[in-house]
Amino acid sequence: MTTMAIRTENLTRDFASVRALDGLSIEVASGEIFGFLGPNGAGKTTTINLLLGLLEPTAGRAEVLGFDTRAQADQVRERVGALLEHTGLYEQLSAEDNLEFYGRVWRMPRAEREARIQELLTHIGLWDRRKERVGKWSKGMKQKLALTRAMFHRPRLVFLDEPTAGLDVMAAVAVREDLAALAAREGVTVFLTTHNMAEAEKLCQEVAVIRKGQLVATGSPDSLRARMGGPRLEIVGRNFGESALALLRARPEVAAAEAHNAHLTIDLRQETDTAPLVGMLVSAGVQVEEVRRGKASLEEVFVTLMEEEK
Amino acid sequence: MTADILTVLWKERKGLFRVQGGRSRALLTMLLPVIMIAIILPVQMGRDYLTGAWPLVASLVIPVLLVGMTIPESFAGERERNTLPTLLASRLPDRAILFGKWALGVGYGFAMTLLVLLVSLITVNILHWEGQIMFYRANMAWAHVCVGLLMSGLIASLGVLVSLRSATVQGAQQALMSIILVPLMLLQVVPMLLLSVISNGRDLLRQLISINFTHFALITVGILAALNVGFLVAAMARFKRARLILD
Repeated sequence: MTTMAIRTENLTRDFASVRALDGLSIEVASGEIFGFLGPNGAGKTTTINLLLGLLEPTAGRAEVLGFDTRAQADQVRERVGALLEHTGLYEQLSAEDNLEFYGRVWRMPRAEREARIQELLTHIGLWDRRKERVGKWSKGMKQKLALTRAMFHRPRLVFLDEPTAGLDVMAAVAVREDLAALAAREGVTVFLTTHNMAEAEKLCQEVAVIRKGQLVATGSPDSLRARMGGPRLEIVGRNFGESALALLRARPEVAAAEAHNAHLTIDLRQETDTAPLVGMLVSAGVQVEEVRRGKASLEEVFVTLMEEEK
Repeated sequence: MTADILTVLWKERKGLFRVQGGRSRALLTMLLPVIMIAIILPVQMGRDYLTGAWPLVASLVIPVLLVGMTIPESFAGERERNTLPTLLASRLPDRAILFGKWALGVGYGFAMTLLVLLVSLITVNILHWEGQIMFYRANMAWAHVCVGLLMSGLIASLGVLVSLRSATVQGAQQALMSIILVPLMLLQVVPMLLLSVISNGRDLLRQLISINFTHFALITVGILAALNVGFLVAAMARFKRARLILD
């Protein structure tokens, strides 16, 4: 039986007259990377604060690792790690001292702390710079260190609030790789909030999408793509004229067809044999160079969900 | 709980001289009042320094200056540098975070007060040697130590309370100094009021001045201890994770 690391039932939080979270009910299985997706102000950070027991729900309840977040917040915080909106690093201290402090916070014995600092800093390639003040580091390096700190005491569950936000592409890729490697190595459950769909697609086994505090979809990235966007045909080539597009749109199996530069995207209503469609395009004068079958990206699913809500 | 307080104390101590302007500036700020009160004044006054009221003034002023400058960092600094949410999300109990930060203020202020009293004593003995070692008067020595400890505690608890409520370190420093100035102003205004407004004010003032030193010291210690407890209880009541995470 799958054990649940997180379970919320109708979790609601109001700030004065504003409802930041509205009846959220989700389940996160142990050992998975769970993506919590939503635009800015959707209620992602509020959800993390509620799950950490830092805020009390206005209504509903949440359990983290089997502990009630309202009545047993201390037990929750004892067992989890967190990388919140900001790195939370003490910039006047060295990298080593930052990890040493949180090692002491979690009462790790000295020898274990020292070994863990070496192990993790070596893993993320920052061991040689352990004595440097963190304030002098780049944003990407700080984020990697903060990620390491969140996992330092080997928690069973880690909350990561937009860990790659504000990073350049290379730094974001590096943090993402470290996150995936550390999560796999440590066997930890990860609750990841992000508005980066590519990140969620690469890292997460399950995702939930919220908007204005309300859950709008949940499932694996594949299932969401299948639910929200049907099969798709992508054609690279030339001469995608209006007459060819009109012929396509008249076919019953075609839901939509859009050409952009050298790319033609055909959304299909159902899985179907695509050879007749390609043949028809060739007959209409289209020069086909490449044909790919595909599905809508998670980003497209996300945009659709957001537009549906509007 | 003690281990958690010591953990917070460890971190606070590590960061003590590494804030705002670097270590050299922080050390200079710390050393200036020490040099003034522990060396220059004893050099000028000689034996009179040890028998007069100056050491008591030192026990009052050193914590105000040194703790008053560092304790506003305690929570306002964490808030300003966005480290507070991560600290609150850790397993540390509320009291450990609060007392760890308070304890650093008390320890720092008290240690520096003792250092000033010791350096003053050494300075007078070296530069004004009278053939035998000179000490503070016995009944005054304990008063200096007690007042130094309680004053450090008072400024630390008041500073933590102010820091909990402030958005920035600068705001906390300004608020703390404003609050500290109020009793100092009262000390100047009250005698004048006694003399000018109350008909028998001069007699009352004379009685106040002629009060026995031990009684005076005991009253001072009692007032400081009560204020210490009061501000610390207020800080404990103010420390709420849910409130701090939203501030």
